[in-house]
Amino acid sequence: MLRAPSDTLLLGAVAYDPKVVTIWEGFRLWFAEHGVDFDFVLYSNYERQVAAHLNGEFHVAWNSPLAWIEARRAALARGVACEAVAMRDTDQDLTSLVIVRADAPYRTVADLAGARVGVGAGDSPQATLLPLHWLAEQGVAVDARRFDVLVGKHGDHVGGERDAARALMRGEVDACCLIDGNHAAFTKEGTFPLGAVRVLGQTPPYDHCNMTVLGDGHPKMGRFVELLLSMSWDDPAVRPLLEMEGLRAWRPGRLEGYVALEAAVDRFGTIDAFLADVG
Amino acid sequence: MSPSSPPTVDLGALPLAAGGHLLVRRALRALPDGARLTVVGSDATLALDLRAWARGSGLPMEGERTLVRTPAAEGRWRGAERAGGASPEGVVAAPSPRWGLALRGAAVEAGSPPLHFPLATRAEVWTDEAARMYRKAAAAQWDPASLPWDTVIDHPPEVEDAVVQVMTYLVENEVAALLVPARFLAQVHPHFREVLQVLAVQAADEARHIEVFSRRALHLRDVPGLSTAGGQASLATLLAEPDFALSTFLLSVLGEGSFLTLLWFLAEHAPDPLTRAIARATATDEARHVAFGLAHLGAHLAAEPDLRVRLVNAVTRRHQALAGTAGLNEEVHDALLLLAAGGWEHARLAAGAARVTRLASDMDEGRQQRLKILGFDAAEAEAMSSLHTRNFM
Repeated sequence: MLRAPSDTLLLGAVAYDPKVVTIWEGFRLWFAEHGVDFDFVLYSNYERQVAAHLNGEFHVAWNSPLAWIEARRAALARGVACEAVAMRDTDQDLTSLVIVRADAPYRTVADLAGARVGVGAGDSPQATLLPLHWLAEQGVAVDARRFDVLVGKHGDHVGGERDAARALMRGEVDACCLIDGNHAAFTKEGTFPLGAVRVLGQTPPYDHCNMTVLGDGHPKMGRFVELLLSMSWDDPAVRPLLEMEGLRAWRPGRLEGYVALEAAVDRFGTIDAFLADVG
Repeated sequence: MSPSSPPTVDLGALPLAAGGHLLVRRALRALPDGARLTVVGSDATLALDLRAWARGSGLPMEGERTLVRTPAAEGRWRGAERAGGASPEGVVAAPSPRWGLALRGAAVEAGSPPLHFPLATRAEVWTDEAARMYRKAAAAQWDPASLPWDTVIDHPPEVEDAVVQVMTYLVENEVAALLVPARFLAQVHPHFREVLQVLAVQAADEARHIEVFSRRALHLRDVPGLSTAGGQASLATLLAEPDFALSTFLLSVLGEGSFLTLLWFLAEHAPDPLTRAIARATATDEARHVAFGLAHLGAHLAAEPDLRVRLVNAVTRRHQALAGTAGLNEEVHDALLLLAAGGWEHARLAAGAARVTRLASDMDEGRQQRLKILGFDAAEAEAMSSLHTRNFM
């Protein structure tokens, strides 16, 4: 009779891309070599993952920033502690940009009042919620046009941002929103021809994904985090995993980078229905 | 540069995504760890692109435009390992599986996946002669179209039938001679690049030989001759030999060695200038294959003297495996005789028979010579040669 080991430390992650299996399978083997019995469960979307986390189906979640807020608020309502134990170096101090065509008449973001602004998926913090909130804070009411690719994956998939960028180049929207790194990436891949766009605005820095633990987590959680933080890009066994997951080093989690997203979620009521559902 | 003025790289109007990052990287390479590099330029998005680039590269920043040089600046070069030396002298005894397909001497990034090539030691495959042999082989490639295909052929029809039969036999031998090196080619660690190249050009030689022999077979006829059970059984034992050294020994030294004698026989005695020209051109190639086999087996024997016993056993084993077969089939033997006779006159047939008898003893003599080159004494060479397949290859 085969049995699932009961003391395995389980991580929940969203399968936004087939490479996710490769990444966590690699982590599983690496943790096993370092004495931690680690395994993972994949979900097709963050809402299902957060609900499962609240039900105690795994011990640590690899959460998008929006999923972090969903988990934190739901845990708070239940009187359960919620902690961000680690994040990638590349999750810290990101910004989002509002881009227009170089020949557009807009000089400041205020000029975008009433303009068609292409954003990513409705649940994308970086390409939708944060830039729209930032515009709204400045009193700029825009006609947001969503490019919903893989809703439920919180914009992890770049498709929505790229679709919005292409719509900008085709003149179907007057501006588009994207994460700062994609400005160079879209230029490099030719989505933005050289000199074809301008950056009209840039949000203040914010943080992205984190490893979320609810309540006591797991007896080996301390060791898990310690090992995570020790992962070095110089270690040939680890480098491919870090490359695939898009980081050079893990950092301890911090919360100050989520303030803007908390406000955005309040403004747009993005997760109200979810919180009502999970009670 | 003074401590008060940190190094600066000026991108002018060049955007970071349009090649500016190369200038930044170059400037970073020239600096020691801990040094600061300030990036200046007039591109409107330089600061934000630089920030995103630094984040992705794992480089800390100070302020909007200044990068801190850390080991992360070395990127994938960090911890990379040299795959031996670039020149043939840089060949190592046992290259790492992680060097994989890399050019010998290249810096291989840490964490490259291991590729397990079954033939991965210098002792098994290497010869210092490989580079020279490859260059010689590459320079000696010839165009099948350059052969005298429009030569008038006016010998008796039965002599042409004999030529067709011999060509039919040659093609199946050359198919074996193509498959064997091609199979080992895929097993040799690419660190031994020159050996791969020799085997590849050898396979290309055989492809060309298959072309000219089959073209000659069908030059004046619609169908080829007979393929015999004994011939195929003999060649099957070559295909079945899994050991590179033993296979080289059986195929290149003994088989192709005997084949070489056969091709020179055809170059001299074939009834028409076209067949003679084909035999000459292909014999030149086969001579190189024999030379390579001798060179790397000689090196292998020097490194591993016990190989001698395995070579003797391989010949004996093959002899026993073929004991129940007919050996060189009557059709090929008779075709060679008629081909060497060139006609039906008694005197010609007698001369043809004498030439074929001489061919067998020339092959035996050649094999013994090559065995002596490998260090076997006269008695061993004579005994081993006598055990070689009667099917020549």
